Amino acid sequence: MNLRHATPVLAISALMAACADDPEPVFEAPEEENRHLNILYWQAVSIVNPYLSGGTKDIEAASMVIEPLAHYDENGGMTPVLAAEIPTLENGGVAEDLRSITWKLKTDVLWSDGTPFTAHDVAFSGAYCLDEQAGCASLASFADVTAVEAIDDHTVRITFQVAKPWPYGPFVGSLSPIIQREQFQDCLGTRAQECTEQNFGPIGTGPFKVDDFRANDVINYSANELYREPGKPWFRTATFKGGGDAASAARAVLETGEYDYAWNLQVEPEVLEQMVAAGKGQVLMGFGSQVERLMVNQTNDDSNLGDRRSLYLDGTNAHPFLSDPAVRRALSLAIDRQVLVDTGYGAAGRTTCNIVPAPVPYASVANEACKIPDPAEANRILDQAGWVRGQDGVRAKDGVRLSILYQTSTNSVRQGTQALIKQMWEAIGIETELRNIDAAVFFGADPASPDTFQKFYADVQMYTNNFQGTDPEVYMAGWVCARNPGPHNQWLGTNIPRGCSDEFDALVEELSITPPGEDRSRIGKRLNDIIVQEQFMIPLIWRAAVSARSNSLKGVRMNPWDSELWNIADWHR
Amino acid sequence: MPTEIPDTPRTHRSLWVDVWLTFRQHTGALIGVGVFAGIVLAVFLGPFVHDVDPQYLDLQARNKGVSLSHPLGTDNLGRDTLAQVFAGGRISLAVGFAAMFLSLVLGTAVGTLAGYFRRLDGPLMRFTDLFLALPLLPLLLVIIMLFRDTLRNAFGPETGIFLLIVFVIGITSWMQTARIVRGEVLAIKEREFITAARSIGTRERRIVSRHILPNALSPIMVSATLGIANAIITESALSFLGLGFPPDFPTWGRLLFDGANFITITPARVLWPGLAISLTVLSVNYIGDGLRDALDPRLRDT
Repeated sequence: MNLRHATPVLAISALMAACADDPEPVFEAPEEENRHLNILYWQAVSIVNPYLSGGTKDIEAASMVIEPLAHYDENGGMTPVLAAEIPTLENGGVAEDLRSITWKLKTDVLWSDGTPFTAHDVAFSGAYCLDEQAGCASLASFADVTAVEAIDDHTVRITFQVAKPWPYGPFVGSLSPIIQREQFQDCLGTRAQECTEQNFGPIGTGPFKVDDFRANDVINYSANELYREPGKPWFRTATFKGGGDAASAARAVLETGEYDYAWNLQVEPEVLEQMVAAGKGQVLMGFGSQVERLMVNQTNDDSNLGDRRSLYLDGTNAHPFLSDPAVRRALSLAIDRQVLVDTGYGAAGRTTCNIVPAPVPYASVANEACKIPDPAEANRILDQAGWVRGQDGVRAKDGVRLSILYQTSTNSVRQGTQALIKQMWEAIGIETELRNIDAAVFFGADPASPDTFQKFYADVQMYTNNFQGTDPEVYMAGWVCARNPGPHNQWLGTNIPRGCSDEFDALVEELSITPPGEDRSRIGKRLNDIIVQEQFMIPLIWRAAVSARSNSLKGVRMNPWDSELWNIADWHR
Repeated sequence: MPTEIPDTPRTHRSLWVDVWLTFRQHTGALIGVGVFAGIVLAVFLGPFVHDVDPQYLDLQARNKGVSLSHPLGTDNLGRDTLAQVFAGGRISLAVGFAAMFLSLVLGTAVGTLAGYFRRLDGPLMRFTDLFLALPLLPLLLVIIMLFRDTLRNAFGPETGIFLLIVFVIGITSWMQTARIVRGEVLAIKEREFITAARSIGTRERRIVSRHILPNALSPIMVSATLGIANAIITESALSFLGLGFPPDFPTWGRLLFDGANFITITPARVLWPGLAISLTVLSVNYIGDGLRDALDPRLRDT
């Protein structure tokens, strides 16, 4: 190529570099030319390593860079990403005794730094998360894993302690992607949190690479030239901006068109409707397994306890009144879920009485009664259990008043739900104090902050959780007794309500050795029923994942089962 | 018997009468007093006329416009906007006054001590600089995080947070007052009447309380009025950030925050709390302006 032709190319790439450095989104450029993607997640990203954060925003930001072996598509089916195919019993990938799974990897994949991707990286990623000192947040994905070994450069075998009929926990879905051994080898165990450079800019195989990361603010990506599919991603650069709130994020896409994509728009239905009327973008919805629920603290959260606050301590630190099943039952009975849906969710929510509302094989039908509120019954149960109304209308027993501190993240829909539930609970004589915490802090997973959802320094808290893929085993395994959060696991335990049931723990083990089929469905439903009937968690609303895209953005396939950005390589204008 | 007194002294007028006579000529300040008194009266007497529970959620009447039962409409959960503005005003004004009082006491004490006692001047003023240099919002967040639970246990959620917010705002807004008062005291203590007082053996404590403080009253009063406005705005900012009072506890700042998303559906939710904050702050500023003119002996016509 002679210089006369080279110059305009250089000029264009210089221009693009300039665009990438510019934190302000570029709006004026004609749409065909604008290969810059602006994504807005109103919860800012704090770390680009899903192994060290339970926050969806961190997991999804990382999913643009680091990839798993396979992911779930928008219908909940599995498609290979870094694997050549999905191992099954039929193709010999899953061992006959169900104790191991062998993944064949794609052979021509390069890391964005040019080095080849091999099975050793997969083995390393397994060792990284399995290290007990690391406090890995995705540990539930690795339940029962004994070893992750590289058989050769492109074959990896995962062996399990027990027969594992659903062996697709590790490395499937954006919760457990592959990190590069070369980059992370000094970050094992207790050093995991210290490797700031690695955690802020992992080298990946995905369509984008991190150019610049400002924690709790913005990530600038550029396309990974070495991405395995030629011509993808279509976008050359991307900005992943965090902060603000759900309503302003929705407005930025639907009304002003500043951004191309906004995530998790928990906004009152009447407000969203009005924004859509502006005609700049569309709302995307997908019903997956997201359930807005109340977590009912089973441990004492009294601030006088100091270090022992909200710690399970082998059951010796029981909550003064929420450990009484009658109280928990009354809490659930008093709530009119339909009202919560009508005021806060509209078409994006349905009432539910299950923690696992989907997929169909695991959706229990045993708890439907909760859809109809019954405050009279709640009152009767409380009377019978000896909780008597005092002078101030608040029930008490043996000097213990039913006074609940109810916390959630700051979001106007959630504050509305809080106010409604407060009124419903006060009607049955339960005093309720509300508290809201900034989402960045609440979901921030900072072990030093007292206000995270893991610390749970409150009686009841509310948020949404879901599971990736279509099998609830990993999700359920997160609520076994032993996973209660505390200093022993850097507060990354997943059994947030700290509820313990021997039957539940035993069934989780049984689930892990039961092949897909009727038995597995039955156990899955029973697990859901235990949690719901014990009221460790009180399910409220089955929520659709709600996001918005601008009219010019094409190729988005809303995926409630995995990262919403799962097919970002295919996005275009 | 003296037959003629050439210069008949006019009837004796106290300082406050003088101040009032001057103040009266400041139209802005008079309007300010009227508006402010109106707001205070409305906020405290309003609930007796319009006795709807501001916290009650009436799900049959969501996002309603103006009607007889809801003169300012309702919010998206069916709470009455007018009742909320009244309730919010009581909290916001109480926070404003209490925080102003605290910052005034602190600022005056520090300023007087620094101005009057030479030895204390350096340390106290550096201490003031230190506070001025502190980034305010992060400091507030840390204080609220550290002491929220302790106070909540001691005084209950609402009183506890009220005390905390008043304390936090007071402790972070006294520095301007301290600087102004110090400057004033430095000037006054060199005046002849102080020397005279000292020469007849007046104790230092008496000099400060009898001679210096009354003369430094003008800047103190002005910074007090400005302090109210400042405290209301800071409380609004804290509520806006979702800190401070529980989310169902209305204050003007919180109402504004919650209503912002609904500005196109029910504008009243934003309009009235916003107007109330603006009018209060503006009227208080005008009152402060008038007071400064009235209290300044050089501007006051005799």
